[in-house]
Amino acid sequence: MHYESNVREPLILGDKSYTDITNDIARPIETKAPRLWWIAFSIALTMMLWGFGCIAYTIGTGIGVWGLNKTVGWAWDITNFVWWVGIGHAGTLISAVLLLFRQKWRMAINRSAEAMTIFSVIQAGLFPLIHMGRLWLAYWVFPFPNQYGSLWVNFNSPLLWDVFAISTYLTVSTVFWYTGLIPDFAMIRDRAINPLQKHIYRILSFGWGGKAKAWQRFEEVSLVLAGLATPLVLSVHTIVSMDFATSVIPGWHTTIFPPYFVAGAIFSGFAMVNTLLLIVRKIFKMEDYITIQHIEMMNIVIMVTGSIVGVAYITELFIAWYSGVEYEQYAFLNRATGPYWWAYWSMMTCNVFSPQFMWIKRLRTNLIFTFLISIVVNIGMWFERFVIIVTSLHRDYLPSSWAMFSPTFVDIGIFLGTIGFFFVLFLLYARTFPVIAQAELKTILKSSGDSQKQHHDPNDTH
Amino acid sequence: MAIEKVYWKGFDQLANTEVSKRLSENEFSEDIPIDQFLGDDNLMANSSTSRRDFLKYLGFSTAAATLAACEQPIIESIPYVVKPDRLTPGMPTYYATSYVDGQDFASILVKTREGRPIKIEPGDKTRFNWGTNGRAQASVLSLYDSSRLRQPIKNDMQSDWDTISNDLKIAVEESVNDGKQFMLLTGSIFSPSFKLVVEDLRQTYANFVHVEIDAVSSSEVLDVWEALTGVRAMPSIDISAANLVVSFNEDFLSSATPQQVASDYAFRRKPGKGMLRHIQIESNLSLTGSNADKRIKIKPSQVGFSLSYLLNKVSGSNHSVGKIDKVLKNQLDSIAKELMSSNGKSVVLVGGNSGANAYLSAALNAALKNIGTTIRPDKPVYLRSGNDRAFENAITDMNAGSVGVVIVAGPNPVYNRVGFDSALKNVNYSLSLNDRFDETAGATTAAAPVPHYLESWADYIPTNLDFSVSQPVIRPLFNSKPTIEVLSELLEKNKSAKDLVKESVLAQGLNWSQTLHDGGASLKIDARIPSFMEISERALAGVEIAVETAGSVDSGAMELSLYQKTVGAGYQSNNPWLHELPDPISRACWDNYLTISAADALSMGFVNETQSNGALDGSIANIQAGELSLNNVPVLIQPGQASGTVGLALGYGRSQVGKVADGLGVNAYALNLLNGFGVVKITPAEGMHEFASTQLGNTMMGRKIVNEVSLSDFINDPKGSSWNEKPTFHTLDGTVSADEANLWENHDHKTMHMWNMSIDLNSCHGCGACVIACHIENNVPVVGKEEVRNFRDMHWLRIDRYYSSDMTPERADTEDIGVVKKYAEMETPGVSPEVVFQPVMCQHCNHAPCETVCPVGATVHSREGLNHMAYNRCIGTRYCANNCPYKVRRFNWFNYQKNEQFASVNPAQDDLGRMVLNPDVTVRARGVMEKCTMCIQNIQYGKLEAKKAGRPLKDGEINTACESACDTGAITFGDVNLPNSAVQIAKNDSRSYHLLEEVGTQPSVFYQTKVRNRV
Repeated sequence: MHYESNVREPLILGDKSYTDITNDIARPIETKAPRLWWIAFSIALTMMLWGFGCIAYTIGTGIGVWGLNKTVGWAWDITNFVWWVGIGHAGTLISAVLLLFRQKWRMAINRSAEAMTIFSVIQAGLFPLIHMGRLWLAYWVFPFPNQYGSLWVNFNSPLLWDVFAISTYLTVSTVFWYTGLIPDFAMIRDRAINPLQKHIYRILSFGWGGKAKAWQRFEEVSLVLAGLATPLVLSVHTIVSMDFATSVIPGWHTTIFPPYFVAGAIFSGFAMVNTLLLIVRKIFKMEDYITIQHIEMMNIVIMVTGSIVGVAYITELFIAWYSGVEYEQYAFLNRATGPYWWAYWSMMTCNVFSPQFMWIKRLRTNLIFTFLISIVVNIGMWFERFVIIVTSLHRDYLPSSWAMFSPTFVDIGIFLGTIGFFFVLFLLYARTFPVIAQAELKTILKSSGDSQKQHHDPNDTH
Repeated sequence: MAIEKVYWKGFDQLANTEVSKRLSENEFSEDIPIDQFLGDDNLMANSSTSRRDFLKYLGFSTAAATLAACEQPIIESIPYVVKPDRLTPGMPTYYATSYVDGQDFASILVKTREGRPIKIEPGDKTRFNWGTNGRAQASVLSLYDSSRLRQPIKNDMQSDWDTISNDLKIAVEESVNDGKQFMLLTGSIFSPSFKLVVEDLRQTYANFVHVEIDAVSSSEVLDVWEALTGVRAMPSIDISAANLVVSFNEDFLSSATPQQVASDYAFRRKPGKGMLRHIQIESNLSLTGSNADKRIKIKPSQVGFSLSYLLNKVSGSNHSVGKIDKVLKNQLDSIAKELMSSNGKSVVLVGGNSGANAYLSAALNAALKNIGTTIRPDKPVYLRSGNDRAFENAITDMNAGSVGVVIVAGPNPVYNRVGFDSALKNVNYSLSLNDRFDETAGATTAAAPVPHYLESWADYIPTNLDFSVSQPVIRPLFNSKPTIEVLSELLEKNKSAKDLVKESVLAQGLNWSQTLHDGGASLKIDARIPSFMEISERALAGVEIAVETAGSVDSGAMELSLYQKTVGAGYQSNNPWLHELPDPISRACWDNYLTISAADALSMGFVNETQSNGALDGSIANIQAGELSLNNVPVLIQPGQASGTVGLALGYGRSQVGKVADGLGVNAYALNLLNGFGVVKITPAEGMHEFASTQLGNTMMGRKIVNEVSLSDFINDPKGSSWNEKPTFHTLDGTVSADEANLWENHDHKTMHMWNMSIDLNSCHGCGACVIACHIENNVPVVGKEEVRNFRDMHWLRIDRYYSSDMTPERADTEDIGVVKKYAEMETPGVSPEVVFQPVMCQHCNHAPCETVCPVGATVHSREGLNHMAYNRCIGTRYCANNCPYKVRRFNWFNYQKNEQFASVNPAQDDLGRMVLNPDVTVRARGVMEKCTMCIQNIQYGKLEAKKAGRPLKDGEINTACESACDTGAITFGDVNLPNSAVQIAKNDSRSYHLLEEVGTQPSVFYQTKVRNRV
């Protein structure tokens, strides 16, 4: 008797051979860009340039061109910062944590997820810089030896921790990502016809030869870097959350923030991965690699993390009531019923209610629905940061200082600019980098068993 | 074989003609007359340019060209080559002088640095009006106002003083010949030397007329007191002798009155037995009313009848009381009871310029035996002497064409009186003598600048007990001449103002140097009034006529009460500091507006709306008073405004005052309500007005921010355990105080100085003089209306104003009101709210939330209990400001010194305005955070002075700017480690508490609980 388990669906569909994979993944790099790519790129580039203009205006004139005031000292700047950092979480989680847990399904998506991470951390990194009143002195946040007397950075400040956390994260993510890219670059190099292209990919691939020893080292380095990157998944957003948690402002001063922020970050990161992959899958015809199964797995993570975030929101409310601190109680009451109630309920709807649809299998395997939810979740997560930052600041201890915040065109322009910048980077990446880690992917292609069986099934009549 | 080529220049040369031969012999083709030139001995002898000169010029021009190429123009400060006597660069010099701006009088000290006056400090406390209100503080900037008139102007063309003097002389002679009047129009004159000159003019010119007017008229009140005492002056008020103040619409704390009584009031309001009780009956919510123990709302037209009702109650008389509603009657009954029980130790004050009301209050005070105890006609205040009837006559004469010459010296009647503009057209020659080319100067034939009070000599007798002088502390900045000198020239005496003042000082038998040093001297001039008894009898005798006059006001219609904000009557309208200072009550800056009660606004369709950025917008109204109207007046809903009444501030709507305030607000003088109130018709107008407000949250939301206790509770429990409970925390180590429950290591605050500040909320009236003083002392930028509207004012020190709400946590508990509704309703101020003020500056926390979060350590703690801000190190993350529970940190959003948006408002933007900057304080760059430093420059100065003298610091030696500016002594600064220092005593007081103590910030600033004398 012959028995076969049908529990696991194949991770790659379409009866691919190694050559098919190579061809499919090299195709976007070797062919001309589709029309849709050019349209998307033009829009992204325009937004980016507009954003850069707004940044130049801010640096030239002063932070006063934003909508901030004496009470609300941070608003869209830090909201955008935390939002982008949060989005940047999925990549490392997918490539490092899932690698350690030997989740093979990650292989089709980890390259793009990591690219997204790096590009969004770049956007995130912009905000702490441009929100400074004196950007030209930004290097003072680094503890460099100097002759200013006894001046040194303040290691008590969470902003300083941010500097280290973000820069470490960006460095490790980039190295990890690049290490994975080396064999794939070598593949492109080997196929390249244009000498210039060949030369560039030769440099990028670090002279990869594909020897067994090289593969062995590659695997080891990947594991080591995954080990290094895993704690960063937790640490980065933990530290970002401490910008708020260590303060004395009601609504900020909350010990639940580190886990809550990490869950939220994974939540938003996965949503953004979904958004991007659904586009990439469509434009570059990668349906066989990024399958419904992937999307479903992602949706399950979104549902779980969304529920964790929901529990966190409710815990916050409970603790505010239970604490008996009137400032704390008012801060949370004001979030839900004050002048920014719409932001709070947008956040609740998008982040807590909308992922609950993913309990239904038909919905979580529906691509259009998934795409919509992924956008909704990212809007919700933006509002979460806005709610935490602005609604806590705008009404704190002394009612005499209570204020409101309204963005100016510069606030909006810079935010749109970073979205543009992000997509410019991502679209350029999609045209020049192998968007799927093909070398890794080939390890999970069932070349001998399934296809042999399919083609040489004794019961097969043809 | 060589070929010799011959080149030729022309056919002449080829042909070898004669001409070419001749030409080739000469170097120049034309004949040069060298011999003729050099051979002419006569010419050479007369020439001044010798060869030596030529070489000199050549050398000079070469050197000059070389130098010009490398020399840098000097645009910065020029060092002293020879150090002036008694002036050390870096050390301040103080001069005693008198501040007079046409409205206020104060004895002051002027701080000068390197010859520049930079700050006004209060004068000697034994003198009359020694304190500095906001206007006095800000007046130093009016000196450096670039909108001042710099040159005499004639027919809109630049002129000079000779022309002006000649023209005036000719015009006066013509008027004598034509039999027309020669008129001098001034403000109230209380300068003896000026009076002498006026007297001289009267002697010299038979056609001379002198008319005095005050911008805000007191003419009818003066008429009453002239009738009662024979002296055209108001009696002084001695609040220190009173136990009860009952004030009808009189805003005596906000320095709208000539006599400053705030310090006496604060002294009598020290909590304890016998604390002064204050009842305010008013229509607008005034600064004075918000400090009252009991406040009653009233329409201005009911004041007269209320006074006669009280008079009936007190003296048993039976005067008409018109229609007074029952509620008011009951309140008046209880007031009458209180008045009678504090016989002779009460004072009834009446605001506005109604003769009838003034008469009735005099009669009431007489009936209460207050005349001679709290009302002192024997110490008259000469600061107001304007006469509206004389002015009306003057206008009639001018219109009749019987006035030849008018000199307007001081007042601005085109702006603040109706009808003067057209009357002036019938005058042959008119001259405006003022500090700027104002509305009146625009209508006169010629205008000439007079010096600012800090540039001029003057003498004053503000009361019969005080002689004050004004001395210049800087050379006149412009080509100005004091009025008194212009007049002296006209009299052909040509005496300088200094000579005249010196004569006047010597005539009083005073020592010139000593008087100058002290800024004046005490006098004992007999006021020449009848006995108190006689005055009282006279006052009571004529009541019936006054009651009839008071009764003629229609009480059914909407009534307007005019009032003054910090800008005052409008003399200093171009001073940006005064505009940036929020109104103590409404907290709105850079505006005047119609204040209206919420009920009236609702019925008339007026709204106040909050925009998405929190800023306030208000409806617009048109006002009509009789024939006169005032259009496009913004409407602000004001809690505490009596229904059926509206308020409007004077001093705004200037059209020719300068770049700061031209076109700001509306001109309330245009309604010609010389009484200060009147019946108006209000109609809605199109559009919405944008307000700039520094405070958007109006109530305390049930939080313990301003601690308040009633006098009886305070007396019953002097230790304060029931009304000043400190927050405690339950920890593993048991119940601990906020100071003990902390994660941080404590700083050592025992071994060195420990600077603390006490703010007595009972003494603080909320006037805001401290805010302006802080602005000046610390070079705080002025940001203008738009930025204040964006909620980005830069005040280091602000005065929070909270209204009480009808909803309280206790009421919500008893009435079972839900939490959402409770908080929503607590945001709304009550219809008749109680008001509290709280000055808040950096609290200099000893566990400062700002210090821990700065990534670069730009804000750090000092060994002396201060929180330092290192501007140079700041990179502007604003984290510190976000994490400050008191929200006292201010960020430089723009380059306020250079950005064109602030060119018209920020003094640091023009060369003249920059002279007011305090050289001891850095002007902050764009992108850095700033905040109160506790005037660290003064602390350092004081410490160095003590060190130089080799002695320990004395208590009270170091003052912060806010502390010095406070007339009422609400702010006490000092070393809490110094035994028995004032601040140490204050810290141990049972009333003292820290703001937000439960946050655990351990502030160095603490507050003293407010005590209200409720019955």
